[in-house]
Amino acid sequence: MAGDTLTSSEYIKHHLTNLTYGQHADGTWGLAHNAAEAKEMGFWAIHVDTMFWSILLGGLFIYFGKKVADRVSSGVPGGLQNFAEWLVEFIDNSVRGSFSGRNPLVAPLALTIFIWIFLQNLMDLVPVDVIPYLAGAIGIHFMKVVPSTDPNATFGMAIGVFMLTLYYSIKIKGVGGFMGELTLQPFSSDNAIVKLLFIPINFVLEFVSLIAKPISLALRLFGNMYAGEMIFILIAIMYNAGVVLGLFGGVLQLGWAIFHILIITLQAFIFMTLTIVYLDMAHNDH
Amino acid sequence: MNINLTLIGQLLSFAVFVWFTMKFVWTPIMGALDTRRKEIADGLAAAEHGQHEQELAKERAKEAIREAKGQAAEIINQAQKRASEIVDESKGSARSESERILAAAQAEIEQETNRAREQLRQQVAELAVLGASKILRKEIDAAAHRDIVEQLAQQI
Repeated sequence: MAGDTLTSSEYIKHHLTNLTYGQHADGTWGLAHNAAEAKEMGFWAIHVDTMFWSILLGGLFIYFGKKVADRVSSGVPGGLQNFAEWLVEFIDNSVRGSFSGRNPLVAPLALTIFIWIFLQNLMDLVPVDVIPYLAGAIGIHFMKVVPSTDPNATFGMAIGVFMLTLYYSIKIKGVGGFMGELTLQPFSSDNAIVKLLFIPINFVLEFVSLIAKPISLALRLFGNMYAGEMIFILIAIMYNAGVVLGLFGGVLQLGWAIFHILIITLQAFIFMTLTIVYLDMAHNDH
Repeated sequence: MNINLTLIGQLLSFAVFVWFTMKFVWTPIMGALDTRRKEIADGLAAAEHGQHEQELAKERAKEAIREAKGQAAEIINQAQKRASEIVDESKGSARSESERILAAAQAEIEQETNRAREQLRQQVAELAVLGASKILRKEIDAAAHRDIVEQLAQQI
């Protein structure tokens, strides 16, 4: 039993470790051989698998996007163009619904976020062992195929959105207006001294809510996908536990995968909608 | 689950993807959608215009038909009038012609009759004279035959 639990926990750990490239403790550069080594590499290391899969999926998206855009015509649309147009209109309607300002960046941003996150999440539906097994066969020992289960990926996007929020806040409202938004509300007073006293309180409240936006954006997606991946891994462990549990695991995996289709779409949609809302808030003057 | 350089890599690739989508994907597709929207709107407007035109044309056609019908009726009326006129005219002229021919024929007949009568009278007189001379050669009895000659002359 001890061996069993060890292998199970090893199996989980193995699945949750990224393929990390960085500087080893002895000063040489290379891939980390285990989770502890990866941790030791600190900030100046890179998750090769996350980068590879996310750029592959993003590249796939822009490849097909460009393909459609190059042949796009205002006549009767073909199959791929039809699908692309449906997506574009869906995103455009979402943006029109929640974004009141005029900014040509927001809709393409929303489209990119939606598709990119959706594709990243979609990798979750590939059975957990298939790609790591193939990678293992060619000598790569760690392979996390779902980029959105890596907080680096979700925080990368969330920080991008956050930077855009800050940029447009300052651009639309000016530095003064933005600082005023941070310090002069929600508490306000006609008395100048009381107003001055409220400034630090307001700042703490507003700053926390400002910072909470990207963090919640990143952690919501990461948490959902990480948990989903974890459940797939746990179900996969059941395959080693005999025929009955294995069959039961198969049914569970199918059920969870079907349910997960909803989650991956929903998470991509939530991330996109919140991005639009945050940018809308940045554009609105109080 | 370490936060590391991947974060910046992801941030950069995200920025590139967004830029690319904005420049090469979204704009042309949205442009095509807008163009099509405009084309459809134009098409609908043109269809409406055409329908309106068609209604007007129908109205015009009706008007033309009504006018043509009126004209045709008028023409028929005139033609009928003219035809009866012609018939009347020809009837009149035929009658007068026949009357004229009749009168001429009657005059000629009368003339011929008179001439024949005159001739006949002459011939009878000659015959009478001839007969008389033959009778006279045989027996001279003027008194006996005077009555007969006078009677004959009277009868002619």
